[in-house]
Amino acid sequence: MTHTPVQRDENPLGVHLPLDPLPGHTSRGRLERVLRRGEFAVTTELNPPDSADPEDVYERASIFDGWVDGINAVDASGANCHMSSVGICALLTRIGYAPILQIACRDKNRIAIQGDVLGAAAMGVANILCLTGDGVQAGDQPGAKPVFDLDCMSLLETIRTMRDEARFLSGRKLTTPPQLFLGGAINPFAPPFDFRPHRLAKKIAAGAQFVQSQYCFDVPMFREYMRRVRDMGLTEKCFILCGVGPLASARTAKWMRANVPGVHIPDHVIARLEGAQDQKAEGKRLCIDIINEVKEIPGVAGIHVMAYRQEEYVAEIVHDSGVLKGRKPWRKEPNLANEAAVARLEGHATPSDRTPHDLAGAAAGDGH
Amino acid sequence: MAEAARPAFFRKKTPPPSDYRPAGVSASRRRGRRFVVRLWSVRHSRALEWIYAHVADLFLKLHPFWKLVGYSRAEAPVKFVERQVKGFLFDCRMCGQCALSSTGMSCPMNCPKQLRNGPCGGVRANGNCEVEPDMPCVWVKAWEGSRAMRGGDAIFAVQKPVDQSLRETSSWLRVTAEAAARRERGDVAGAS
Repeated sequence: MTHTPVQRDENPLGVHLPLDPLPGHTSRGRLERVLRRGEFAVTTELNPPDSADPEDVYERASIFDGWVDGINAVDASGANCHMSSVGICALLTRIGYAPILQIACRDKNRIAIQGDVLGAAAMGVANILCLTGDGVQAGDQPGAKPVFDLDCMSLLETIRTMRDEARFLSGRKLTTPPQLFLGGAINPFAPPFDFRPHRLAKKIAAGAQFVQSQYCFDVPMFREYMRRVRDMGLTEKCFILCGVGPLASARTAKWMRANVPGVHIPDHVIARLEGAQDQKAEGKRLCIDIINEVKEIPGVAGIHVMAYRQEEYVAEIVHDSGVLKGRKPWRKEPNLANEAAVARLEGHATPSDRTPHDLAGAAAGDGH
Repeated sequence: MAEAARPAFFRKKTPPPSDYRPAGVSASRRRGRRFVVRLWSVRHSRALEWIYAHVADLFLKLHPFWKLVGYSRAEAPVKFVERQVKGFLFDCRMCGQCALSSTGMSCPMNCPKQLRNGPCGGVRANGNCEVEPDMPCVWVKAWEGSRAMRGGDAIFAVQKPVDQSLRETSSWLRVTAEAAARRERGDVAGAS
């Protein structure tokens, strides 16, 4: 079959076929390919639905079509209960998106997490973002038991061990290790500032290959952090994506600053929003201005656009900031798990044509 | 902040007020504590590091004695002393795998998220904890304490996850027995 790829990350033998693994790559995902090629990557966050309807997920993902290289499936961010990140990833991989599975250590112990990693990888998830997670007091269910069995660092190390050494934390062997691109989060805007670059170095030592930052509203502070990270030589070992996002209004900004853990918004940003006629439009312009500043900082490999409840603006923000330089991220990512499922349904995948019932019968010795 | 000033999508229900409000409880419902001694220990991390090194040496010298008595029989009294001393100085939680030498003499088990590898992203601008707003972040203090210590750079090493099966056991005896075993194997490099 001859087929001329219209996109770079496409199997030349056909769109429906999975990508071949590249040397030096740990996943088959496109996010890793885009970053390793040196292209400016764009990722975003899906607002998880409070429903059991898969259409809600598909609808919310479709507005990012052709604008992002990866979609974060958040794991109860802010400790608020929503559809699980594994569930969202199951749906997204089914229709060929490139999700980034977030795992927060707040809700699951090491047994549950390692199981989820294998399950997610089997469904075709190629990227995992390891987080500690906000405290339960921040969310809608402050009476929940905080688990925090692992922390983000030991979580990274655990998944890296599963991938590279094909074994669980306990040492038990895996028959097929997951192929994953591992990420972490950074917050350059919270104390202790001297330790923050060292913490990134620790995350890299534990297995982080890319990191996404907390909302950046203070560019000089981020620039200083990046300078120190560059001096330590970390930008060569890890792809750093700067977190950005539009603020809906000065009031939202003030509320976020006071109530969302780890968000730092300088006064001049709030003053700029307050002085604007249309605060929502100004928030968007501010976001684009910040993108244009951070994309010039050496060592910044991409941006992570977090537009909570303003997802419809992501395309506009990415377009207006011109970070993709005309590149159009391809939407459909072929998924081995889907191909296998279809083949099984059509009945030509099983090596033997005996049904599991026959096999069980044979094992029980009833002479079939 | 007044309820009306919040954006609608962040609005959260607060429980109705009642006449009973337990004393000594912080916003996150944990026992309100004073952190004076714990913070003093961090300020004197260098001295405590020196003292610990000598205590550890003494314990190792006593290894034949522990073996004679039996580590299991020594456990109860040693654990009692360890709990009292470390409980007073560091608000020790008896995780059984002490990391104080790598954490600037600030016990990481006092972090509400029990992080063993550095501060989370939620540290407040004033250096206090995200979960317990009155408590200085354990890891901000750990970083300060580690800078005063000789072996403070141990804070850069990635720590293994906590082994929950070692809770309520003596870290001192475990470290001593492991060091003795290493010494018997002739592994001098790892004996420090």
